[in-house]
Amino acid sequence: MIDVRQVTRFYGRVMAVDNISFQVDKGEILGFLGPNAAGKTTTMRILTTYMPATSGTVKVAGYDVQDQSMQVRKRIGYLPENPPLYMEMRVADYLDFVAKIKGVDPRDRKKAVAEVMDKVGIQTVSGRVIKTLSKGYKQRVGLAQALVHNPDVLILDEPTIGLDPKQIIEVRQLIKSLAGTHTIILSTHILPEVSMTCERVVIINKGRVVAEDTPDNLTRKLAGNQRLYLEVGGPVEDVRRALAQLPGVVKTTVLTNDKTAGFQVESQSDSEIRPLLAKTVIDRGWQLFEMKPEGMSLEDVFLQLTTKEEVGNS
Amino acid sequence: MRNYLAVLNRELKSYFSSPIAYVVIAMFLIIAGIFYYLIVTNFVQYCMQADMQAQYYRMAPRNMNVNMMAIRPILHNLSLFYIFFLPLITMRLFAEEKKSGTIELLLTSPITNSQTILGKFSAAALLSLIMLLFTALNVLLLFFYGKPEIGPILTGYLGLFLLGLSYIAFGVFFSTITDNQIIAAAITYMFILFFWAIGWISGAVNPAVGKVLANFSLIEHFDDFAKGVLDTKHVVFYLSFITAGLFLSYVSIESAKWRGR
Repeated sequence: MIDVRQVTRFYGRVMAVDNISFQVDKGEILGFLGPNAAGKTTTMRILTTYMPATSGTVKVAGYDVQDQSMQVRKRIGYLPENPPLYMEMRVADYLDFVAKIKGVDPRDRKKAVAEVMDKVGIQTVSGRVIKTLSKGYKQRVGLAQALVHNPDVLILDEPTIGLDPKQIIEVRQLIKSLAGTHTIILSTHILPEVSMTCERVVIINKGRVVAEDTPDNLTRKLAGNQRLYLEVGGPVEDVRRALAQLPGVVKTTVLTNDKTAGFQVESQSDSEIRPLLAKTVIDRGWQLFEMKPEGMSLEDVFLQLTTKEEVGNS
Repeated sequence: MRNYLAVLNRELKSYFSSPIAYVVIAMFLIIAGIFYYLIVTNFVQYCMQADMQAQYYRMAPRNMNVNMMAIRPILHNLSLFYIFFLPLITMRLFAEEKKSGTIELLLTSPITNSQTILGKFSAAALLSLIMLLFTALNVLLLFFYGKPEIGPILTGYLGLFLLGLSYIAFGVFFSTITDNQIIAAAITYMFILFFWAIGWISGAVNPAVGKVLANFSLIEHFDDFAKGVLDTKHVVFYLSFITAGLFLSYVSIESAKWRGR
């Protein structure tokens, strides 16, 4: 449905997007993840025909965003970071205007507007002037604006920003419910959002794709190391040294300095060292209070991927 | 066409749902009213004096031409301060959309830039037409007390409208180059002053250059309209001015996407 090939975009001399390629299948939800200024918004703006790429091709629903931009525009709904709302208009009037310029058939327009207001839950404020709405409602009107012409492709730039926790859950459910019939790209800072809503994640940093996979696979594959938490009763320094000497252990960190100390042990993911760890502790006559695996979260993966680059460059 | 009407309709509503339209129209009419009053009382006084003189010298009273002595000065006066209200109605057209981000909606919707520009231009044009029509009420009042000719009034208003459209077209352009409404208005004022001043300069320089300069002065082209002369030369001049302004707006929006807005 969406085919991005070797897209590069310069702002003057500054490169914002560097040779990005990825594909999104029909009905899929793709999470677009990256720190600030990574090039997420730029990529989305290229996809939505808002601005052209310096080089590379982008096809949405089989149409080229550059040469057939009107065809593409008919098929996308776009929610930019700041919802594009005319503050002095009333909600229903605004959506009617958007439906008009999105090319909704005049006979279906009224119905389309009513349906989309129902979908995002803003019927109660349909007669209010947008300026007077709360941030959460404004965000929902923004979402309604992207959905009103029932587009095949939805591009959402941080859709849950500024919402309260209950609304966030509602919006996520709404987005999930749209999958299958709509193809969705969603950018976000909030990592749990990705693991909750997206089937696939593209992590980008400094304009480049640094990883692309399902959220689960990413955590598994890119974690690289397995992490264990141990609580051992014994002389801290001795325990640390004993643990560090075991085969397969990469890193040992002391977490507490009390009588019973906590240790974080990282080992290569392919070796199972838990029995060995337990045996070592018991053999030395120390007490083993607790041992539990600590999965590396998506946050860790994200940080690892987006900060590794920096170390490599300097 | 439907997109054009959608934009036009929205812009017009937005003028009237904010105080802009009311404030601009009210201010304009107050000033127009004051000048109308001054010119007409002046004319009436002059007529009375002429009558008294005629009685004193036992001559037939002179025939006063209301078109030449009242309506033409009124139109000239209007042409001067009418254009100074136009930046106030064009400054927001694109600058506001850029600031609030709604431009992203327009530029990602299946609507062409020409439709957007023409829609906005037409909305501002209609508002300016409303302003002018209100002042026409003043002029119509003269029909109750005198016998003015309708022709020069119509051409005069056509001239005023075309003059206004020329500045509106460039006001639209200056609104596309910034996201700050004040700056958009300020540049438009500079532009108006420049094309106004060009008329004065033309008298002070070498006659050959002066003639060229005078042709560029938008106000000079209005003179004939106020006299009741409908010359295609002037109409074509205004139309090309309008086209230039709209074309520049189009280029400005198209090129902005390469520069990264």
